[in-house]
Amino acid sequence: MIEVDHLTKYYGPIMAIQELSFRVDQGEILGFLGPNGAGKTTTMRILSGFMPASSGRASVAGYDVFAQALEVRRRVGYLPENVPLYQEMTVGGYLQFVAEVKGIPYAQRARKIGAVTEACGVRDMERRLIGGLSKGYRQRVGLAQALLNDPPVLILDEPTVGLDPRQIIEIRQIIKDLRREHTVILSTHILPEVSMTCDRVVIISGGQVIAIDTPENLIERTQLHRRIYLEVDGPEDAVLAHLQGLKGVLQVEQNGVSPGGAPTYTLATIKERDMRAEVAQAVVQQGWQLLELRPVRLSLEEVFIQLVTEEEAGHA
Amino acid sequence: MRSLYAVFKREVKAYFTQPIAYVMMGGLLLVVGFLYYLSFRWFLGVSFDAMRNPMFARDLDMGAMVVGSTIGTLGVVSVFTLPLLTMRLWAEEKRSGTLELLLTFPLRDSEVVLGKFLASLAVYVVLLLLTGLYPLIAVLVGGRLDPGPILSGYLGTLLLGATLLALGFLCSTWTANQIVACALAWAGFLFFWLIGHAADFAGGQLGPILRHLSLSEHHEHFVKGVVETQDIAYFILFTLFCLFLTLRSIESTRWRG
Repeated sequence: MIEVDHLTKYYGPIMAIQELSFRVDQGEILGFLGPNGAGKTTTMRILSGFMPASSGRASVAGYDVFAQALEVRRRVGYLPENVPLYQEMTVGGYLQFVAEVKGIPYAQRARKIGAVTEACGVRDMERRLIGGLSKGYRQRVGLAQALLNDPPVLILDEPTVGLDPRQIIEIRQIIKDLRREHTVILSTHILPEVSMTCDRVVIISGGQVIAIDTPENLIERTQLHRRIYLEVDGPEDAVLAHLQGLKGVLQVEQNGVSPGGAPTYTLATIKERDMRAEVAQAVVQQGWQLLELRPVRLSLEEVFIQLVTEEEAGHA
Repeated sequence: MRSLYAVFKREVKAYFTQPIAYVMMGGLLLVVGFLYYLSFRWFLGVSFDAMRNPMFARDLDMGAMVVGSTIGTLGVVSVFTLPLLTMRLWAEEKRSGTLELLLTFPLRDSEVVLGKFLASLAVYVVLLLLTGLYPLIAVLVGGRLDPGPILSGYLGTLLLGATLLALGFLCSTWTANQIVACALAWAGFLFFWLIGHAADFAGGQLGPILRHLSLSEHHEHFVKGVVETQDIAYFILFTLFCLFLTLRSIESTRWRG
């Protein structure tokens, strides 16, 4: 649905993105991750047909974003980062205007506007001035505007930034519901959001793609060793020494005491083998009480930080 | 075409939902109305004198002396008030970021440019129609007016307005600050309005060139009742050139982001 091929953009002498390549399949939600200034917004602006690239190609729904910009813009719903809307217009008036410029025939306008205001929860706000709306409602109007002509592709630049937790959940739900009929690219700072909503993640840093994969695979790939969380009722020094002696255990750390009063440990074990059963057995054989044992997974935050720091270290 | 109309409609509505158009129209009508009133009173005085001198009375022409001079003033007043109409058009969209969204709608840049320009022109036309009330009052109280010079004066003022609006429109694309856009437009308007005065000192070959470039010289011909192709061509070409540069300026905004 979206193909990006060696896309490069310079702002004067400043390079924003360099040789960016990736593709998004129909019906997929692609998360766009990266530190500030990584080139997320620039990429989205190019894909939405707002801005031409310096070199490279990109196509949306089979149309070139530069040569056939108008066709691309007909097929893309775009929500820019700060949700720029005309403050002096009413919600209804604004959506009416967007419907007109997006070329929705007069007979269908009322129905389509009704459908998006319903989906985005701004039905009751149609007569309100946009300037008087809260950030959350403005975000919804922005989303409604992007959805209005039912575009096959949606490009959402930080759609949940500045919202309260309940609104975030609602907006995420709206985006998830779009998955079936739309291809979505969304950028975000909030990493759990990616694992919750996105099928695949592109991590970019310094204008270059450093990883593309599903959130699960990314975590799997970046993990250097497995980790196990353990809570054992038994003499600390002996437990520590015994665990350290197990084959395949790389490191044991004592992390203090659980609310129940038992000491807790974190084990780093080799990546090749799941050692949970062995560890459990070892503890029980010594006559200690095994209170809890669970695997610790890297969070996407850790993956992200690891990848980005590796990348930066590579450049230095 | 339909999209152009949508942009046009939105801009016209924006003028009238914000106070700017009312303030500008009110101010302009007040100034022009006051000047009209003064010249009318002066004309009454002259007319009373003329009753004692029939020879003199024959030369009295209310059309030229009252209405004509008012239309002439309308030009100057336009130079001072029209930046208020154009300063918003691009600068505000740039400041609030709405330009980014507007330029990702399925619209041609030319449709956006023309839609916006025609909206400001429409407001100006409404304004001119309102000033048409003054000569109308003169006719209603029994004055006899020659419609020729009045119509040509209005045609000239409309063309002048279109040119000023296009120039101010261009200035608005260069900045995200409305005040700066307004100041740039004023500077440009005054430059082209007054450049003819410099002709007297420039002499030689430069003088006529400067005179031909001057907005006020061309406008004056219309006010005197002379409709010449070269004046019409001057205003239209000036307008089209500014619109073309505006289009280019918007394209460059796209590249720079």
